Amino acid sequence: MSEANTSETAAVSIRHLSKSFDDVEVLRDVELEVKTGEVVTIIGSSGSGKSTLLRCINWLEQPDRGSIHIAGQRIGVNDAGRPMPVRELAKVRAKTGMVFQGFNLWPHLNVLHNVTEAPIHVQGKSKREAEELATALLEKVGMAHKRDSYPNTLSGGQKQRVAIARALAMQPTVMLFDEPTSALDPELVGEVLAVIKDLSAEGYTMVMVTHEMAFARAVSDQVVFLEKGLIIERADPETFFTTPKTDRVRKFLENHDTPSPA
Amino acid sequence: MSNWDILWDERAQFWNGFLSTLEIFGLSIVGAFLIGCGLLYLLEGSRKRLTMPLRIFIDGMRMLPFLILAYLLYYGLPSVGIRLDAWWSGVGALAVYHGAYFAEIFRGNRLTFPPGQIEAAEAHGFIKGKMFFRLLLPQIIMQTRPLLGNQLIYALKDTAFLVIITVSELTAAANSLSSTYFIPTEAFIVVIGFYWAISVTMEIIIKQCGRFSAKRGFDNV
Repeated sequence: MSEANTSETAAVSIRHLSKSFDDVEVLRDVELEVKTGEVVTIIGSSGSGKSTLLRCINWLEQPDRGSIHIAGQRIGVNDAGRPMPVRELAKVRAKTGMVFQGFNLWPHLNVLHNVTEAPIHVQGKSKREAEELATALLEKVGMAHKRDSYPNTLSGGQKQRVAIARALAMQPTVMLFDEPTSALDPELVGEVLAVIKDLSAEGYTMVMVTHEMAFARAVSDQVVFLEKGLIIERADPETFFTTPKTDRVRKFLENHDTPSPA
Repeated sequence: MSNWDILWDERAQFWNGFLSTLEIFGLSIVGAFLIGCGLLYLLEGSRKRLTMPLRIFIDGMRMLPFLILAYLLYYGLPSVGIRLDAWWSGVGALAVYHGAYFAEIFRGNRLTFPPGQIEAAEAHGFIKGKMFFRLLLPQIIMQTRPLLGNQLIYALKDTAFLVIITVSELTAAANSLSSTYFIPTEAFIVVIGFYWAISVTMEIIIKQCGRFSAKRGFDNV
């Protein structure tokens, strides 16, 4: 249990994480520590393993080696070193809130019920309590006026804002964003980024995979660059974007619009 | 006295047959629906050993003429010590037979279910049972509604087979009147009217249900 003690203060603590798909090593001995209140952005070209890393944090992907602790609790593997029973796993998972590239709202439920579904049926909150929380969160993401609408009537940006409220409703230790704006029309990206920016200002702990460099620079406390499953650079955003240490990152940033400080 | 007058005088028989058919149909489709959902749930499960026998059961049922299943339950089961009366044999046969069809309809739709939604459910801490009943099943039912409606009509028509194992339902009433008075054409035309009436009513109900799912963006298949 010594590893749990060392990571007690961290919201997320990733140690020696490795994973392969067939013969391809997608993560190689990744180490990452996310402190409470910190915003960590994972950057890298496609296929670098960044989404896999994010999806390991809530065990949507199972790593081959290494460990992940969320608020000091190990996910996926129990004290005896065996795979966690599903019930236990679900409990640790519920400490994370995930926002997907493709929104993944539940289409048969209206906006309000998308947000209250897990608090009521997973966390056992009363309907009243869950609806109060949901209303406040929908207010926060600017979607309260659509509480009775169904997802099929919303724009991509609106869907993603609801998805953010849905994840927040779990009152998670850490929010995970998997390319939250990649599926959006360009003119809808801003409204989603604005919401995420507000969350970072409010002190939410977040881990985010994104291609929005200006945004990463503006909100991150720590930027991590992943290349072929290895973290080859990590720094505060100023250092990362202005004086990258490796040629690889310099090239990468040249190919993306070099962001001006937002 | 015309043939139609005779049938009018005997309308109580039609009416009783009609009520009996409605009762058998209603009970058996509820049973079939529950069996279909149950089979889908079991197929969904992690118990891989169950998958093969379940698929064999479902396919076996679908490849069996309904009448033979009804015969088996009514005439065959007593030989293994289970004795059901004709009525319950009929309801049981319909429920199991169409339950297998329901399961197959659900299973086909399940294959195209967006995996992202399952992941979202897992990420929000859902586990199998609640995920199935709250997120999967409602969507699968909404999406398969037109196919289910079609299956219900098959189930309704299959109730007519039960006359052969002596269930007194609508077709039995027509059969008995036609042989008593020797007026088959008129007697059977009357029951066709009854079957159509039930089918049309059912179609209207299923269409109305479609408004519920259309509102949620489930385009009709």
